[in-house]
Amino acid sequence: MWIETTIAMRFLRQGRAQTLLILVGIAVGVSVIVFVVALISGLQANVIARTLGTQAHVRVEAPEEVNRIAPAAAGTAQLLLEDRRAQALRPIVNWQQVRDALDHLPGVTAVSPVVSGPAFGRRGDAVESVALIGMDLPRYLRVIPLDENMVEGRLDVGSGNALVGRQLAQDLGLRTGGKLRLDAGDGRATVVNVAGIFELGVRELDARYVYLDLKQAQSLLALPGGVTVIDITVAELFEAERIAARIRGLTGLKAESWMETNAQLMNALTSQSMSTNMISFFVAMSVALGIASVLAVSVTQRTREIGILRAMGTRRRQMLQVFLVQGAVLGVAGSLIGALAGWGLVGIFNTFGPKLFYIPMPAGLVPASMLLATVAGVIAAAVPASRAARLDPVEAIRHA
Amino acid sequence: MPDSREVLRLDGVRKSYNIGQPNEVEVLHGIDMRVEHADFAALVGPSGSGKSTLLNQIGLLDSPTAGELYLLGKPTREMDDEARTALRGRHIGFVFQFHHLIGAFSALENVLMPHMVAHGKPDREALDRARNLLADVGLEKFADRKPGELSGGQQQRVAIARALVTRPALLLADEPTGNLDTKTAADVFKLLRRFNAEFGCAVLLVTHDPRLAETCDRTITLVDGRIDSDQ
Repeated sequence: MWIETTIAMRFLRQGRAQTLLILVGIAVGVSVIVFVVALISGLQANVIARTLGTQAHVRVEAPEEVNRIAPAAAGTAQLLLEDRRAQALRPIVNWQQVRDALDHLPGVTAVSPVVSGPAFGRRGDAVESVALIGMDLPRYLRVIPLDENMVEGRLDVGSGNALVGRQLAQDLGLRTGGKLRLDAGDGRATVVNVAGIFELGVRELDARYVYLDLKQAQSLLALPGGVTVIDITVAELFEAERIAARIRGLTGLKAESWMETNAQLMNALTSQSMSTNMISFFVAMSVALGIASVLAVSVTQRTREIGILRAMGTRRRQMLQVFLVQGAVLGVAGSLIGALAGWGLVGIFNTFGPKLFYIPMPAGLVPASMLLATVAGVIAAAVPASRAARLDPVEAIRHA
Repeated sequence: MPDSREVLRLDGVRKSYNIGQPNEVEVLHGIDMRVEHADFAALVGPSGSGKSTLLNQIGLLDSPTAGELYLLGKPTREMDDEARTALRGRHIGFVFQFHHLIGAFSALENVLMPHMVAHGKPDREALDRARNLLADVGLEKFADRKPGELSGGQQQRVAIARALVTRPALLLADEPTGNLDTKTAADVFKLLRRFNAEFGCAVLLVTHDPRLAETCDRTITLVDGRIDSDQ
């Protein structure tokens, strides 16, 4: 390979202007790929992180109640108008066993049983509808990082303590240490002590969530010993749907992944990824076409030299390699420049851009884009290279 | 039985073009000839007589339609491109009318090129041989110049050095002096003569110039694809 590489490099060096132009072309293409991929994947990671900051990856609930319909007697037709059953607050049967089983499910990193239901929060004459959430704090924190969202007071739900959202605190004029009366209907009411105030960043949640100890919420919601939801965190975000399906099969419970809950978001993410891939594909293709055309011109320009080299004993395979190496070298060098430029663009965006979010440089993007350009270069070189290899030396030497 | 002095033997070599088509044409009509070690022969003939075609067959750049061509006793007509290329690179040196150096390489690298495409990076010995050849053609000071920086005569002398670097058994020269002025042409001719005597490589020289042909040991005249005379 030494002589083939040497001839390839000399040919590239000799065709200075052509080589430089195509290198710039490849570099521009690769920097676009690197920048767009980094931008879109950064954007997506950001959106997902924000969405999942307040949501479990998989939510397991008791199956919905359905009507049981008596079968029609043989020989009769049945006309049925069915109203859906009212879905009363129901506990998950045997939730302790389910929790323990899920704890050991591969791919699951956190399991948090929760009891949740509606209530009214009162202070003086003001009434707000709230969502009671009773949880086991250490488990819950592994699903929703509540500790990072505290704005006031301390993180404590035991012994009559509660955490309320910032908006709710404002609406009811609550402060840390204040008292809040919770009324869950049917005469079940209690007064809790506001231990802390949190802000999740979603207005709806900050105006309604009241976190309690599991036991206290259970008695308020008349579900002693029961939980209504098991929240789950998974190791691989995009495995959530698969794991949810597994849980459905395993437990017969209703399990919904964040991807299902946020179907529209998922749709948008998928479309974005697809357009990124399409941009990468077409840019790579135009890079490849650029390399192919430059090498095709080079083969024509060097026809006589190719003939001479063949006359001097250069084999067809060697001639092929000379041009394949040129394609590979153009791909590697151009994409190296391009990847660095793309990296620079990302840095510029992070420093001088709108600063709405930070774009991390995905690991492996630079080598992947370089590999893409190099492979494209070799493939693009294949056509002109095989033409060079097939040249008849007699005619090539006569070529003016 | 090929004896050890034989370099090249043609046995009823025919060459046709456009085979199987209405415009099929036979250019060489059965050529028999023999070239021996240290021969210095001129191949002459009017244009269109098939000189170039014959030279392409002898140089293994092309293969005959019929007949057989033995190089150093080896039959070559049935060889594939790979084998023919290897044999050509090893035993045949070419000097063309338009010197044909590779512009991206220096004079020394051009001289080494046939060696490098066969053996890769040149060793000490190959480098020394190439330098000596360049010195023999009087260009040791120009070893690092690119062809573009040399005159026509100098380029042709580099081409001769290049043709000899593999110590070929046969040197083929196609109008080697056709593009040079009389003085330079005489120098180049003298060089060919000298290497023929020194290395004993057979030289086959295609030329239009009857005076040049006269100074060769042997003149093969080709007319209409047949050997008209060989003396």
